[in-house]
Amino acid sequence: MALRFEVIGRFNRARAAQLTLPHFVCQTPLFMPVGTQGTIKGLTNNQLEDIGCQIILGNTYHLALRPGAELIDDLGGLHKFMNWKRALLTDSGGFQMVSLLHLADITEKGVTFQSPVDGKPMLLTPEESIQIQNKIGADIIMALDDVVKTTITGPRIEEAMYRTLRWIDRCIAAHKKPDVQNLFGIVQGGLDPVLRDICVRGLVERNLPGYAIGGLAGGEDKDSFWRVVAQCTAALPEDKPRYVMGVGYPLDIVVCSALGADMYDCVFPTRTARFGTALVPEGVLKLKHKAMASDERPIDPTCSCMVCKNYTRAYIHCLVTKDAMGSQLLSYHNLAYMMRLSKDLHMSIVEGRFPEFVRNFLQVQFPKGDVPEWVCNAMEVAGIDISACCAPFPSSTQDFAAELAA
Amino acid sequence: MRFTVTRSCGGARAGALYAGNWTSPLETPALLLSTRKGLPAFISRDLLASLPLPDSLLLHSSPLHFFECPPPHTLQNVGGLHQMLGLHDHIFVASPRDSVECLPESDGANKLGASFETPSGRRHVNPAKYMELISSLKPNVWASLADEVPAWVPEKRNKTSVDRTIRWLDDCLALDLASGSSILGSCLGAASKEERKRCATEVAKRNVSGFWIGGFGLGESMEERPSLLKAVTDCLPEQKLRMISGFDLPEEVLQGIAAGIDLFDSTYIYHLTLGGFALTFPLDNEERGAFDSQLSDIGCDGTKINLRATTYRKDTSAIVSNCGCFTCQNHTRAYINHLLNVHEMLAQILLEIHNTHHYLGFFRSIREAIKCNSFDLFHRRFIKGRRAHLTSTIAAPECQVVPA
Repeated sequence: MALRFEVIGRFNRARAAQLTLPHFVCQTPLFMPVGTQGTIKGLTNNQLEDIGCQIILGNTYHLALRPGAELIDDLGGLHKFMNWKRALLTDSGGFQMVSLLHLADITEKGVTFQSPVDGKPMLLTPEESIQIQNKIGADIIMALDDVVKTTITGPRIEEAMYRTLRWIDRCIAAHKKPDVQNLFGIVQGGLDPVLRDICVRGLVERNLPGYAIGGLAGGEDKDSFWRVVAQCTAALPEDKPRYVMGVGYPLDIVVCSALGADMYDCVFPTRTARFGTALVPEGVLKLKHKAMASDERPIDPTCSCMVCKNYTRAYIHCLVTKDAMGSQLLSYHNLAYMMRLSKDLHMSIVEGRFPEFVRNFLQVQFPKGDVPEWVCNAMEVAGIDISACCAPFPSSTQDFAAELAA
Repeated sequence: MRFTVTRSCGGARAGALYAGNWTSPLETPALLLSTRKGLPAFISRDLLASLPLPDSLLLHSSPLHFFECPPPHTLQNVGGLHQMLGLHDHIFVASPRDSVECLPESDGANKLGASFETPSGRRHVNPAKYMELISSLKPNVWASLADEVPAWVPEKRNKTSVDRTIRWLDDCLALDLASGSSILGSCLGAASKEERKRCATEVAKRNVSGFWIGGFGLGESMEERPSLLKAVTDCLPEQKLRMISGFDLPEEVLQGIAAGIDLFDSTYIYHLTLGGFALTFPLDNEERGAFDSQLSDIGCDGTKINLRATTYRKDTSAIVSNCGCFTCQNHTRAYINHLLNVHEMLAQILLEIHNTHHYLGFFRSIREAIKCNSFDLFHRRFIKGRRAHLTSTIAAPECQVVPA
């Protein structure tokens, strides 16, 4: 085990912790931006440090294709290759089973991909995934899991869960650098509580440095989503980090943190930036909108990032989706927003004002009090009273009552 | 804006430009960094701060970039380019053409205004509209509206271009709230020495602070440039600022400096960066000897390297080993090669930073040479080095010259 996880603050199920990794001491809850090919699109390393980025995620599948694990290894690992001094995490390549399924054939042995670069078949076994990740050298590496879309049903879910459990032992056996790299297991089992339970127990038995909740954020309904997270976080050990994979909407992060999760990753903040959308406390701001052309305010007046301190919405409006600089500036702001959210979650838990933070967050996102039902349900389980943020009666009921009275 | 010539060395000259909030003078000859909507194509404000000062304070901007948006009243309210870009100490020099995507289209011009091909289609700009943009953008220095024509137009069209350009200068002056204190009068004349002389003489009679020499880089040959430039500069007063557009490459810059030009608006960095090239030529003559011996590298033509070349796949050295730029201090050739290979935007960011840093260094060594009265030698050695390389590559057919 090459990490230390010290919980330094709690509110019910939510926790704030210090996660000490070989390359960096992180504060959780934390969001990890996705740097698929050894770079966060459009940002330099010093900009990422400026906005408080702690861990960057690299995609094993993409890095193994280009520049290749051998090359990264020869040049001293991914930290050195991209000159990133803080922590790194690599995924296993398993997610590409879902995202590039038409190119993949999954068997007990592993996954056969069609290389998108030269069309040749590439076999990715659990052993191979770990071997590649050992070469890349990230602080946290992920076990190869059998990922299925959460929206499918039937025996395939069960098969994938059991296979994930069988593969974890092959991953552990193949892992050559447990002293400097932390192997996280991934909980699978779709939306089925029984399968999820079997998987969690199986993984916890293996006493891994950390655990991820996988197979979510793939189009399932929100009610199923939070229930799986709540179930898994309740069953995972208190003293190990918990990572919800693929989650990146600010609201989801707040809910998952309330339920006791610690780490998140998603392409959403940077991808949406490239399409011209900014993250703001109220939700999102579409900078392509005509109304932005003469808006002289910063993107978010409460934000102190380089972009909000210097530029108007009117100026960003001229750039978005036309100039590279539009992507660069919006990605910078959106990641700064995610880092601020992470820090706010951490500090509010440490300072014992987490419920106030959640209520304030929801009030700004839902000024009319129309907090989605799934959020209310999740918060009840998390033991956070958000009644002050919710309208006493849904407005439709009120209208109906008014109609009756008339 | 205030300008003085501090030293002359043959045709070349060194000068001091006082403009903007910067208290000390900026030394010329100098490079204006080309921008797109006010910022270098890939260098944001925080990264711009890593470039050497005060050299990187001079920015070129085309008012046509703001033709569509933001709306003029918004520009006015925000307070102009400096406020809108958060670049309060920078010095913006504006001229209509940006030589990349806003190009003069002489067929579309008429007596009322000039015509440009822009990303949003062909745009007709009259002096009133141009002055509206200038007065809301508030650049520190700006060139009057010009009717630029390529070198091959008939004599009659060239004459019309000069007549219009002089008339529009008068229109701009009449509409200028600062009454000429920051205006550069546009000097045209295409490939005709007579028209060049006529235009420069007329413009020099006006109340302008300096001159913008246009109509270059539009089809004239490298050989005819010195005599055309001489025709212009002979008619211009010594003590006023001279800026030129269309002189991009190191050789062209040296040619312009030899003719007494002070400011250059170059798109060279932008084109290099898009092509995956990094400048590597030695910045002073002492380094050159050592450098020449290793010119036969693949993907290298003596002034730049093509980082897409597979030879850099595992090259863990910096682009230029003793370079102090952010890119060379932090990243290897191998990493940039990978970024180019996978089409990541960071490649362009890192290359634009390095190339800008390097080209600013080139201008600095030119200024040093002028100060020590050795510009001619510097010029000759530079050209000789390039020729030596070209002949050596012809002699060695297995070594390919990578086209720019």
